[in-house]
Amino acid sequence: MTPLFYVIIRLMNKMEKALGELGHMDELAVQDSPVHAMNAGAKLLCTVIYILTVMSFDKYDLSGLIPMLLWPVLMFQMSGISVSTCFYKLRIVLPLVMAVGLFNPIFDREIMLQIGGVGISGGVISMITLMLKGVLCLMASFLLVATTPFDNICAALRRVHFPAMLVTLLLLTYRYVGVMTEELAVMTDAYHLRAPGQKGIHVSAWGSFLGQLLLRSMDRAQELYSSMLLRGYHQHFHYAPVKPFRSRDAVYLILSLLFFTVVKFWNLSEIIGMFVTR
Amino acid sequence: MIEFDNVSFAYESGAPVIKGLSFRIEDGESVGLIGANGAGKSTIMKLVLGLVQGEGRILVDDTEVNKENLGRIRKKLGFVLQNSDNQMFMPTVYEDMMFGPLNYMVSREDADKKVNEVLDRLGLQYLKNKYNHKISGGEKRMAAIATVLAMEPDAVLMDEPTSALDPYNRRVVINTIKELGQTKIITSHDLDMIMDTCDRVILLSGGEIVADGPAMDILSDRELLEANHMELPLSLSARP
Repeated sequence: MTPLFYVIIRLMNKMEKALGELGHMDELAVQDSPVHAMNAGAKLLCTVIYILTVMSFDKYDLSGLIPMLLWPVLMFQMSGISVSTCFYKLRIVLPLVMAVGLFNPIFDREIMLQIGGVGISGGVISMITLMLKGVLCLMASFLLVATTPFDNICAALRRVHFPAMLVTLLLLTYRYVGVMTEELAVMTDAYHLRAPGQKGIHVSAWGSFLGQLLLRSMDRAQELYSSMLLRGYHQHFHYAPVKPFRSRDAVYLILSLLFFTVVKFWNLSEIIGMFVTR
Repeated sequence: MIEFDNVSFAYESGAPVIKGLSFRIEDGESVGLIGANGAGKSTIMKLVLGLVQGEGRILVDDTEVNKENLGRIRKKLGFVLQNSDNQMFMPTVYEDMMFGPLNYMVSREDADKKVNEVLDRLGLQYLKNKYNHKISGGEKRMAAIATVLAMEPDAVLMDEPTSALDPYNRRVVINTIKELGQTKIITSHDLDMIMDTCDRVILLSGGEIVADGPAMDILSDRELLEANHMELPLSLSARP
């Protein structure tokens, strides 16, 4: 095989990989596990409360926040989805989340803690807390999407009277991400095949590249929308029936909320630390 | 019945694509729309489906195609797009097939029954729970036809149904089309397929009808076809 053929195969693989990853999320969501079997509404509510609880921790309350890690880790275990899959899928977003609070150590230099004679400033603690908060929120969101078909999440949102227009927008955005990724992949491949050895897209081509991407995506989106209209779509989605709310969902909800409350109002790390050091 | 009465259409600030077309397609007919690129084949489809509005009158079962009647008209017409990727937007084949009937207020139980009937009829039960992004091009085309049939349309419109298919899948699609009992309107450059599936052919050029008649008469007329940038179907061409 010629080197050019290898280049083509590599580029095609890249595209297939990107599209495959999108499809993989749908596949993860329909697996069989106790977490998958739960009511979508219960999972959605739990996730929202979890995120709100995580966000409510003080920026210096790192020790209080750490036990919140237990909930997603336990849920990942129960769902049969590995935490590494979560981090792999979120590899592009995670660095951005981690970058939040990066400048805190520069602005907040007050020493708040001594570890082995080394002073730890408030900025460092708040930076780590912010990073952890971001990671925990992402993990919880991923867990929800990876264990619940997206249609069911939308159906649950409608059930709690989330505006229909916003839910439809959310669902269509999810569907159209694939269309845009596909167009982007095709264009990137076409570019690289005519610009061998070049890394990325040259800055001089950014304008036309983005413009073309937008136009092509819009064309395809328009055709998709026409196809929906021709099959009777009128701004209202008929979501698949959501699994009913059963007693085990209530138990899951109550236990989760109880755990969040305990972690929020009692510093478990401190309590465990006191027992250990006593 | 689909009737065009002196229909014209032009895209914004462009030359007319359809010029005063008049023709009538009776129930149960299989009509092939053929012509060179830009002849106006796809635009005719869009006009019937109300995706674009032109001048003149288009009737579907005596109902005029206009904004007020679009819902009723689209329920009667099933459209298979050229690019199945643009037609299948739900995660699985089953969900995609359920989409149309549910939008037309068919109960979930009845829709499920219809979907299963169509899958059985086309021998596609094995695709039912497959993910759209994981099936082959041929399977996707068949699934796209199935999504349309699940709506039980009176007429099926197809835009290049055999494009980009390998010979085996092309034959599967052709056999499926032949078995459909509905009125069929098919646009294609695949004249062998048109010959196999259509009784009547309308040859278009520059937005006008050049010939309208029995498929065999038009498709075997080398002079007529060549004058309109087309060639005899391969099965009718003399081979060395």
